[in-house]
Amino acid sequence: MTQSTRARQVGVDIQETEENRAVVEAIEADNADCAVRHMPGLVRITSPTRIVVNRESVEQRLGREWETHEFQLAIVSYFGHIAEWDDDQILIQWDH
Amino acid sequence: MAAPRKLSMKQRYAALTRDLDWDLSYVDEDTAYPYTSFEGIKIHDWSKWEDPFRLTIDAYMKYQAEKDKRLYAVLDSFAQGQGHLQLTDPSYLNAMKLFLQGVTPLEYQAHRNFAYLARFLNGPGPRFAALCQSQDELRHAQTEIHTLSNYNKYYQGFHSWNHQHDRVWYLSVPKSYFDDAVTAGPFEFLIAIGFSFEYLLTNLLFVPFMSGASFNGDLPTMTFGFSAQSDESRHMTLGLEAIKFMLEQDPDNVPIVQAWIDKWFWRGYRLLALVSQMLDYMLPRKVMSWKEAFELYFEEQMLGGLFPDLAYYGITPPRHVEHAIAEKEVLSHQVYWTLYQFSFAAGFTTTVPSEDAQKWLAEQYPQTFEKLYKPLWDKASAVVDNGGRYFYQGLPQLCQVCQVPMLFTEPGDPTTICQRHTEFEGERYDFCSDGCQWIFEREPEKYVQAWLPVHQIYQGNCGGPTVPDVLAWYKLQPGDNGEIAGNVEQTAWEAWHATSSAEEQAPAPVAGN
Repeated sequence: MTQSTRARQVGVDIQETEENRAVVEAIEADNADCAVRHMPGLVRITSPTRIVVNRESVEQRLGREWETHEFQLAIVSYFGHIAEWDDDQILIQWDH
Repeated sequence: MAAPRKLSMKQRYAALTRDLDWDLSYVDEDTAYPYTSFEGIKIHDWSKWEDPFRLTIDAYMKYQAEKDKRLYAVLDSFAQGQGHLQLTDPSYLNAMKLFLQGVTPLEYQAHRNFAYLARFLNGPGPRFAALCQSQDELRHAQTEIHTLSNYNKYYQGFHSWNHQHDRVWYLSVPKSYFDDAVTAGPFEFLIAIGFSFEYLLTNLLFVPFMSGASFNGDLPTMTFGFSAQSDESRHMTLGLEAIKFMLEQDPDNVPIVQAWIDKWFWRGYRLLALVSQMLDYMLPRKVMSWKEAFELYFEEQMLGGLFPDLAYYGITPPRHVEHAIAEKEVLSHQVYWTLYQFSFAAGFTTTVPSEDAQKWLAEQYPQTFEKLYKPLWDKASAVVDNGGRYFYQGLPQLCQVCQVPMLFTEPGDPTTICQRHTEFEGERYDFCSDGCQWIFEREPEKYVQAWLPVHQIYQGNCGGPTVPDVLAWYKLQPGDNGEIAGNVEQTAWEAWHATSSAEEQAPAPVAGN
């Protein structure tokens, strides 16, 4: 199988909307090793290590308060494990 | 330091979800929760169940309401803006007919069974997660019906999906799959639907369907799909938490869970055979091939990402997964060729793929399409050019487990049909694959009860002995089935797009719906 040579990716698919652009930009800024792919209607972000979504980074770009629960309106799918989801950040990575 | 103005997410979750539980005093635990011991799964501490979403009822209601508001705004603008004229082609809707007939009733079944889990799981954490999912699934069923009802005014094939789900031959594939899950115990159901379907395979169902909708001018379905899929992320989490919870609670759970993964991977994968042909053949404007979707969503994410994680607990990739990988080159072609021949008895239409479509297929499947499948379409085209249309006149042998016609080929040999059989209590049962045979042999008493549409027709239980009798029993109307070219839908579509005056551009609904 080809994937044995690849890094173990995690990823998240986000709906392509005006508001979510700020979320995507925040993720790009806070995750240096992530890759972004645009597909019809959605944006797919993958990383060979972990993906972190920081509330403050999103708020800076959105220009308003944003609670991490709002990420539920943006997310279409993900792979990995949601290791943390609290008031300030969401963290997706594999456990083991 | 001033006291915090409000509770943190963690504190709210602990207070509103976990703290509302109480210890039973009038009855013992086994009486209150009688279904969580017979499957052999051992749970020592229900409080160890994690819910990373830390969802509380107020947050749940707030965000679900917002999702619905966004969806209904799109539905309104679609209806007001004559959105049904914006599709790439009316044949696109075949994918949506299949979705409504095959998937929507499963959402309702899921709603019911998660409601059962919301009552009968011992811990408050999983009960609340199941309650949310139960509500989600009901919302999905309702919003799917509502979204697609907009097309029912103008197009064929949307009128009797629920009736058809219980009767039509290819719909017994999704129906029997879910019946198998809801008749299992609560833990097996969590692995079957929560884990194998929602986490392992759902991306292969939803994301291609919804990107397909986006790419083919179907905004309401795309919006509905992404709205549902945002709940799906929570369902994936529930599935993943469920499996980790079972594996962490007791080492004796590991072999039981492994066998369920083996079974439900193959059950789900066979169900997705219908999705494979949808991606490669039904969408007029293609998004990605089945092969690419399988590599992306299954091989990379699941085999490459998830299973190394589960290896920590001693879990190995599903049995027979190598057959699924080998089949990615041939699956969709074999399925659509079969549907092409039997669509006179289906709730959707089929046609010979256009020259452009065949070119795309040849590019996506350089090893197989031109060599193995193009010759079939050349033959079918020749029949059409001579004024005919090839439909197969007999009824197919169905696999006893997945209920797909026996159309799949031997692993590694795409020209020989794969046939397996097992004798049980003096009767012979046939299977499409090693995977389905293995599933039967684990629980033969369950699968001998299968309601196989072809057998039922021969037994006289489906409206009568002739094809028209059966089609009437299916409630198929002219234009629902058969060939696309020249049918009422195609004719109406061409008329709508040929007209220029505003008055004529508001099309009259097709009679009969």
